[in-house]
Amino acid sequence: MELKTKIQAEDRKQEIFITREFDLPVELLFKAYTEAEFFEQWMGTKVTKFENRQHGSYRFETSNPQGDVVFSANGTIHDIVQNEKIIRTFQMENTPFPAQIEFLEFEKLTDTTSKITIQTIYKSADIRDQHLKMPFAQGINMAHNRLQELLGGR
Amino acid sequence: MNLRRDVFQAIADPTRRSILMLVATQSMTAGAIASNFDTARPTVSKHLQILTECELLRSEQNGREVIYHLNPNKMKEIADFIEPFRKMWDEKFNKLESVMKAFQNISNK
Repeated sequence: MELKTKIQAEDRKQEIFITREFDLPVELLFKAYTEAEFFEQWMGTKVTKFENRQHGSYRFETSNPQGDVVFSANGTIHDIVQNEKIIRTFQMENTPFPAQIEFLEFEKLTDTTSKITIQTIYKSADIRDQHLKMPFAQGINMAHNRLQELLGGR
Repeated sequence: MNLRRDVFQAIADPTRRSILMLVATQSMTAGAIASNFDTARPTVSKHLQILTECELLRSEQNGREVIYHLNPNKMKEIADFIEPFRKMWDEKFNKLESVMKAFQNISNK
């Protein structure tokens, strides 16, 4: 099966590209990113600020089922062109990670399909790798045995 | 020497896997790593040496301390460390698609 979401991360570079094609018109894809109601649903988070305009800022926080905030992030919109692009910063709060800059490009493929390309630029190649490793680290913490299984399979 | 086999031998040990998990979260000094284990410090040092020799960890001298970093390139050979990141986004994007499709269906009615 072809992977729908692709990550391009060249060795020792401080950027990554995430691409994904959607079975959605580009207008709806853009809406998913710019209207708090939709963004909250697909990101599973709660928006506390969402000013999608030039020099506006945004912030969201994610809570666990007990109601404690476990993740929060914010950033500033540098530029936004409807159904075309968003250039913004993104920073995770309460982590050692510095801000990263993200170039989001929304592309119409057909009337009913679209594509997003997210180029993220990090402060350094090391920080990029640390960021990419986050779900990996959580993964091995949670599923220690899965790693063993994977290794056993070689 | 079959380095590849050594890597898998290195990771077969539960203490060494725990060390990798620790360092995957953040780079740490030998002392900080050892403080997480009941094992004697020389034993932990031995584990660190093995992990460094097979390049799963990179060590860096910082004054009197040695800092250990996970070597992502080596880890990639074992299990592509980007895959969980990709999967996380793939799941989010699947959700985006289904949320927006539901909205599209309501608006088209």
